[in-house]
Amino acid sequence: MHIVVCIKQVPDSAQIRVHPVTNTIMRQGVPAIVNPYDLFAVEEALRLKDKFGGRVTVLCMGPPQAEDSLRKCVSFGCDDAILVTDRAFAGADTLATSYALASAITTISKEQKVDLVFTGKQTIDGDTAQVGPGIAKRLNLQLLTYVSRIVDVDLKDRTITIERRAEGGVQVLKTALPSLITMLENTNTMRFANMDNMIRAARYQVKMWNKDAAGIEDPTKIGLKGSPTIVSKVFVPSPRNEKADCINLDESTPRDAALNMLQKIFTAHPLLEDDLVERGSV
Amino acid sequence: RNTELPEHLKAYKGVWVFIEHDRGVVHPVSWELIGEGRKLADKLGCTLSGVLMGGPDENLDAFAKEAYGFGADKCYIIRDPILKGYRNEPFTKGLTKLVNEFQPEIMLLGASTMGRDLAGSVATTLQTGLTADCTELNIDGNRALAATRPTFGGSLLCTIVTLAYRPQMATVRPRVMQMPRANPDREGSIEIIESTLGLIETDIVTKLLDFIPDAASNAPKLEYADIIISGGKGLKNAENFKLVFDLAKLLGGEVGCTRPIVQSGWLEAERQVGQTGKTVRPKLYIAAGISGAIQHRVGMEGADCIIAINTDPNAPIFDFAHFGIVGNAMQVLPALTEAFKTHIAQRARKVA
Ligand SMILES: Cc1cc2nc3c(=O)[nH]c(=O)nc-3n(C[C@H](O)[C@H](O)[C@H](O)COP(=O)(O)OP(=O)(O)OC[C@H]3O[C@@H](n4cnc5c(N)ncnc54)[C@H](O)[C@@H]3O)c2cc1C
Ligand SMILES: Cc1cc2nc3c(=O)[nH]c(=O)nc-3n(C[C@H](O)[C@H](O)[C@H](O)COP(=O)(O)OP(=O)(O)OC[C@H]3O[C@@H](n4cnc5c(N)ncnc54)[C@H](O)[C@@H]3O)c2cc1C
Repeated sequence: MHIVVCIKQVPDSAQIRVHPVTNTIMRQGVPAIVNPYDLFAVEEALRLKDKFGGRVTVLCMGPPQAEDSLRKCVSFGCDDAILVTDRAFAGADTLATSYALASAITTISKEQKVDLVFTGKQTIDGDTAQVGPGIAKRLNLQLLTYVSRIVDVDLKDRTITIERRAEGGVQVLKTALPSLITMLENTNTMRFANMDNMIRAARYQVKMWNKDAAGIEDPTKIGLKGSPTIVSKVFVPSPRNEKADCINLDESTPRDAALNMLQKIFTAHPLLEDDLVERGSV
Repeated sequence: RNTELPEHLKAYKGVWVFIEHDRGVVHPVSWELIGEGRKLADKLGCTLSGVLMGGPDENLDAFAKEAYGFGADKCYIIRDPILKGYRNEPFTKGLTKLVNEFQPEIMLLGASTMGRDLAGSVATTLQTGLTADCTELNIDGNRALAATRPTFGGSLLCTIVTLAYRPQMATVRPRVMQMPRANPDREGSIEIIESTLGLIETDIVTKLLDFIPDAASNAPKLEYADIIISGGKGLKNAENFKLVFDLAKLLGGEVGCTRPIVQSGWLEAERQVGQTGKTVRPKLYIAAGISGAIQHRVGMEGADCIIAINTDPNAPIFDFAHFGIVGNAMQVLPALTEAFKTHIAQRARKVA
């Protein structure tokens, strides 16, 4: 079984800072990490490999530094790592990103047929959840989004059965390989890197592919040129900045503070009082 | 880079909303989008249409009628046995077919597990732009859809346009837009355009084997809850969440939380409010032991009344909560529960 997992390197966004004058994102000094959602995809792929044998290839499109994130995945047990990196990819939206990644997967599959492609649910920076569906469409893979559990893989019949999160319940779907899975978060626990894999990762040479090596056939479909969406404005949300009307517990007992609070909110929202009385269960 | 709309795409007119339904129920986000779509259509001076796809025995006509009540002028309906129960492939084919045939300039979908699954596939098939999880939709000077969305966990907003491609597509999360008021007398049904897909079941590779509904009793339904009591790290341990549940139970509300609570395994992921959790818009939101990080704030600042309980008078949550109690949540929560209980009992007695 040959599995490709797409991972993105993202800034650890809890620490993102915005330049106060230019309103641009300051990436300098912000640590880069593997998109946390992608680790669930990596782990699930490794579990399938443990069960069925085969190989796991991790694939990333990004700047040369993204090599670190791929190496991290090798330390968890992934076999191969490919970084698609070229200035021509800069400024890609999800349509252009999915074209570049789909081209690279086609190139990978020329060496060894691909049975399954994994992506995370979404990233923590762009946060669109659109790249997975885009790759599936371009490669004509059966799309399985928000997968919470892989129920069964039948390599002889080349079928896969999964559970996917839907509104108000879980869909159980059965489809044919090859397919693309976007893995839901908290569906598994990432393994620790073992010593052998850590040593292997440290020595591993990540394959660097430029646009030609990645097999891009139509250069007008990548980067800024291949992106229909245009970011016309970036700005910081304007703060509401009306301080809360506060009661201090130092100056009152909890009981009085609570009664006082009820008074305040029911004065401001008389309808809320009726509503609570109606629904309240005493 | 091309920013001019090519001649052949200038014929694309009208605003469309994909109306999502499953097992007989329309997802409320679709009505929220009809409300928002109405405003866009009025600004553009064009019609607003709903798109409905489903099986022959599903009540699509009733949904269309409802859509008119909320502000749609027209509905496009595809009825086909293979459209019973959502699957990506037939729905992508159906929606793509309608777009190519009837050429809308704007196409809106809910950012639900169905809408996001479908939107990405359709936009890729049509090779057009798709803006995700928008919080504001507008029409700019060039009649372009200006879609604003938070990024980097809400610390930044950006406005995105699709100038040279049609339709301009966007998804919007449930509860971000306001629910429009329904007018059951509103007709406006210029026409219902019916069509079938002309595919047979064996053409579709993916089979829907089963649908396991969430157990109604314990599945939290945060998005549409009117009352939410949320707890954060300030509650110190999982046991103290009992105080949150007690108050929620009394008020008939739901329990929410911040991301670290889910990460610590104290509560299930469905209860997380925020950028990577749920967007909520309750009448009352009580935040106990929550600092008010931007990623949490973007998920709940639409609440009508926000009460924060925090020991730190400088906690960011007090910058946008309406009311606050500076103090220990473990003391304040039971006191609030007691006060509400007494108040409700008194009022109920007065009414009786
Ligand atoms: C502020 C901002 C807002 C944006 N808004 C939009 C928008 O609304 N619409 C739009 O089309 N584009 C948008 N983009 C561009 C978009 O972020 C990029 O195209 C990005 O390369 C991929 O999208 P994503 O991060 O949303 O990934 P998602 O679609 O959220 O990612 C899903 C999965 O795809 C895989 N994946 C994604 N990117 C890569 C990669 N580079 N390499 C390997 N695997 C990957 C990962 O497994 C990931 O978990 C925006 C960018 C920024 C900076
Ligand atoms: C990419 C990304 C996505 C994220 N998405 C989300 C999201 O969707 N939702 C979300 O919530 N977070 C999200 N976060 C995390 C977010 O940045 C914050 O870390 C988180 O919201 C903080 O949770 P908290 O308020 O519970 O904890 P803390 O920030 O630790 O705050 C605890 C608060 O409790 C107060 N306190 C302490 N003791 C008491 C007491 N006895 N009584 C009352 N108050 C007390 C403290 O003063 C403090 O203000 C995300 C982060 C990232 C990087």
